[in-house]
Amino acid sequence: MEGLDALLHGFEVALTLHHLGLMVVGVLIGILVGVLPGLGAPNGVALLMPLTFFMTPVSAIILLSSMYWGALLGGSTTSILFNIPGEPSSVATTFDGHPMAKQGRAAEALSLAFLSSGFGALVGVVTITIVADEIADFALRFSPAEYFAVYLLAFCAFIGMGGANPLKTAVSLLVGLSLATIGMDTVSGEMRLTFGQNELVRGISFLVAVIGLFGIGELLATTDETETVKGIHARVRLSAVLRTMAQMPRYIVALLRSAAIGVWMGLTPGGPTAASFMSYGVARRFSRRGDAFGRGEPEGVVSPETADHAAGVSALLPMLALGVPGSATAAVMLGGLMIWGLQPGPMLFQDRPDFVWGLIASMYIANIVAVVLVLSTVPLFASVMRVPFGLLAPIIMAICLTGAWMVSGSGFDVLLAVGFGVVGYLMKKLDYPIAPLVLAMVLGDKAEDAFRQSMLISQGSLTVFWSNWLVATITTLALLLLAWPILGWLLRGGVQLNRRPAE
Amino acid sequence: MTRSVVSPTSAFAASRRALLLGGGAALLARPALAQGWQPARPVEFIVAAGPGGGTDQFARIVQSIVQKHNLMRTPIIVTNKGGGAGTEAFVYGRGAAGDPHKVVFGTNNVWLMPLVTRVGYSLSDLRPVASMAADEFLLWTYTDAPYRTAKDLVEAARAQNGAFRMGGSQAKDTDHILTKQIERATGVTFTYVPFRSGGEVAIQLAGKHVDANTNNPAENVAQWRAGRVRPLCVFNPQRLTLTEKVHDGVGWSDIPTSTEAGIGPADFRMPRTVWLPARTTDAQAAFWTELLAKVRQTPEWRAWLVAGSQGDLWQTGAELAAFIQQDEAMNRANFREYGWLAE
Repeated sequence: MEGLDALLHGFEVALTLHHLGLMVVGVLIGILVGVLPGLGAPNGVALLMPLTFFMTPVSAIILLSSMYWGALLGGSTTSILFNIPGEPSSVATTFDGHPMAKQGRAAEALSLAFLSSGFGALVGVVTITIVADEIADFALRFSPAEYFAVYLLAFCAFIGMGGANPLKTAVSLLVGLSLATIGMDTVSGEMRLTFGQNELVRGISFLVAVIGLFGIGELLATTDETETVKGIHARVRLSAVLRTMAQMPRYIVALLRSAAIGVWMGLTPGGPTAASFMSYGVARRFSRRGDAFGRGEPEGVVSPETADHAAGVSALLPMLALGVPGSATAAVMLGGLMIWGLQPGPMLFQDRPDFVWGLIASMYIANIVAVVLVLSTVPLFASVMRVPFGLLAPIIMAICLTGAWMVSGSGFDVLLAVGFGVVGYLMKKLDYPIAPLVLAMVLGDKAEDAFRQSMLISQGSLTVFWSNWLVATITTLALLLLAWPILGWLLRGGVQLNRRPAE
Repeated sequence: MTRSVVSPTSAFAASRRALLLGGGAALLARPALAQGWQPARPVEFIVAAGPGGGTDQFARIVQSIVQKHNLMRTPIIVTNKGGGAGTEAFVYGRGAAGDPHKVVFGTNNVWLMPLVTRVGYSLSDLRPVASMAADEFLLWTYTDAPYRTAKDLVEAARAQNGAFRMGGSQAKDTDHILTKQIERATGVTFTYVPFRSGGEVAIQLAGKHVDANTNNPAENVAQWRAGRVRPLCVFNPQRLTLTEKVHDGVGWSDIPTSTEAGIGPADFRMPRTVWLPARTTDAQAAFWTELLAKVRQTPEWRAWLVAGSQGDLWQTGAELAAFIQQDEAMNRANFREYGWLAE
């Protein structure tokens, strides 16, 4: 087995005291960066970049990727504690993680999130070890039609899950799609919906919207619900972490299903954010405890977290093999690669096996280091929830506003976040689901680009979405998932439905 | 627009500068202007593109060289403002009028974007400092495509009657402009498919989802080395000078020029430019010109140019201003013909 030899060699490269030290430092900085919403992994990696000019490429990538793992884990912390996703991919974690924290189960929710992240990451890295040699060829099969099919699959898996009023879901989705349209359009080169405002040219930052909709919106909603304002009196000890660890086998089905979704979305261009949403949607549909989702169901934490990390880890390999970054963080790291004198692309695996396999080996070790380190922060972070709400609320508000500022250093973004906060509060009160809006903001413009590129390539023929087995399978699966609730309703016969829940 | 920056200076100033800088970088022949302006606080490099692309690397390689060779005392922060195809960075530059601590890194998009879309700045809001490199454009196809030469490709496209798919990065940007110029020179029409970045376009060609692209060497070289794409011609009157063989015994210097290949245009390159906000003084501009002149003498800068097969283009002051004016006028006329002008 050639891969195993290469991997063992990689461990030789990665397992030095110097590199272990870099991993610990990277993970710690990453956790810090992830906890502060708005700063986020891409900015954190960019800030550390100048340090790496004086390192060997292997050391540099180990430092930066360790920081990335730390940031991904840190992002889940604020999602659960304050309902503020530190990273786009941890939005889905808020749906059940935050209700759990409000019920006094913060330690359990955090431990669950970190342990399933670790599991997802491990599955991801094992997968890329096995498929490393074929990955470039597989990724090359993806034309815009396949991209669109993957985005459609993510949409359908999440939106088609039913539950909320389909009309309200559609409204939320369409508002999200409109927001995603703002700014420069790739296909026509025109500005759209900017109303001549310079501040709107760069589009509406997803993070600003999320900080407002979730963080500030939740804050306003909590102020409204007087009974929760007194703070939570759960004792937090390290034993809570161990107890949760012992419970993990209970979620084995969710773990495996979510890891599979995550790896698939990571290797295809879907990415971690789409993976976590899709995994949550699928879990809600197919779990036996599906009805409890959204009210503090542990499986609702396990599913998105596992998929998020499985995707985050497995997306790193296509990036190296193709030289096309799957996320903003990956883009910064890719830029670093070139500054360090490496050429990302299919030949990197032959030219610099020490670098590639050193990185892969470091991913095994760094993820374990990261999970251990972040688990030890659980008692500290979970006890934050014991602070009375009256004290906590201003702090959260400050974090939200600074976070919105940090996204691109613009005062306009701060106002925007406050605006989104009000919108989030109203949506909550009027029972409009926020998740479809968020998903549409993340994937909307990408899906639109992919669709229009496909139409250019096929000269306007829709058959391009069934033109080969790969795209045909994904498209059909997506449509089936979308139709699932309709099929269910039709079978039950009673409900009249004139409108699809999505688009 | 800007004055010439090379001016005489005292021997004392030059030697003080040499002491400050240390190392080989100080041995540069250019007369220094050390009695002039120096940055007093941290400097911001604003990249008119998202992280990872050519412009981002341009700014970050300059940052790394300045830090490594200790060319400046104050620290540098690099920020990406890639919104609106880079116009976000130029609008930011407009807002920083008179502040010499903000340096904007872009391409020819500084003067092309205002032509095609409504932007929140005009060319006079920024002061050109230097053009440091010229990115080459090549015509590429995938390896087992039936066309051996650029001429074959053009004839095949003619036969397909507009269905021939040319991939490129962004709409109404350099790739699209070049595609239009090829169309005009040959009388063929292509279906231009815009993607987000040159990297994406490279993958789409390697996967045979488009028939050709006009990528820069750096964007396609990895796929060429892997034997998935091959170059047909370079849009430069001279062949590339790099003799290194990339794949199957073929190297950069073996690629025919577009003139040799018999298709147009003969010359199409993209300058990599550095700007200050308007209302900065001549002495401030001179500081940056000099600093960049030192950067381009370092081995790291040479290595970066070679790695991306970029041409060494050094223009400053009045020469650069004249070039910009002329290029802007030419593109304005072309864009009017294509119906792209935003008026």
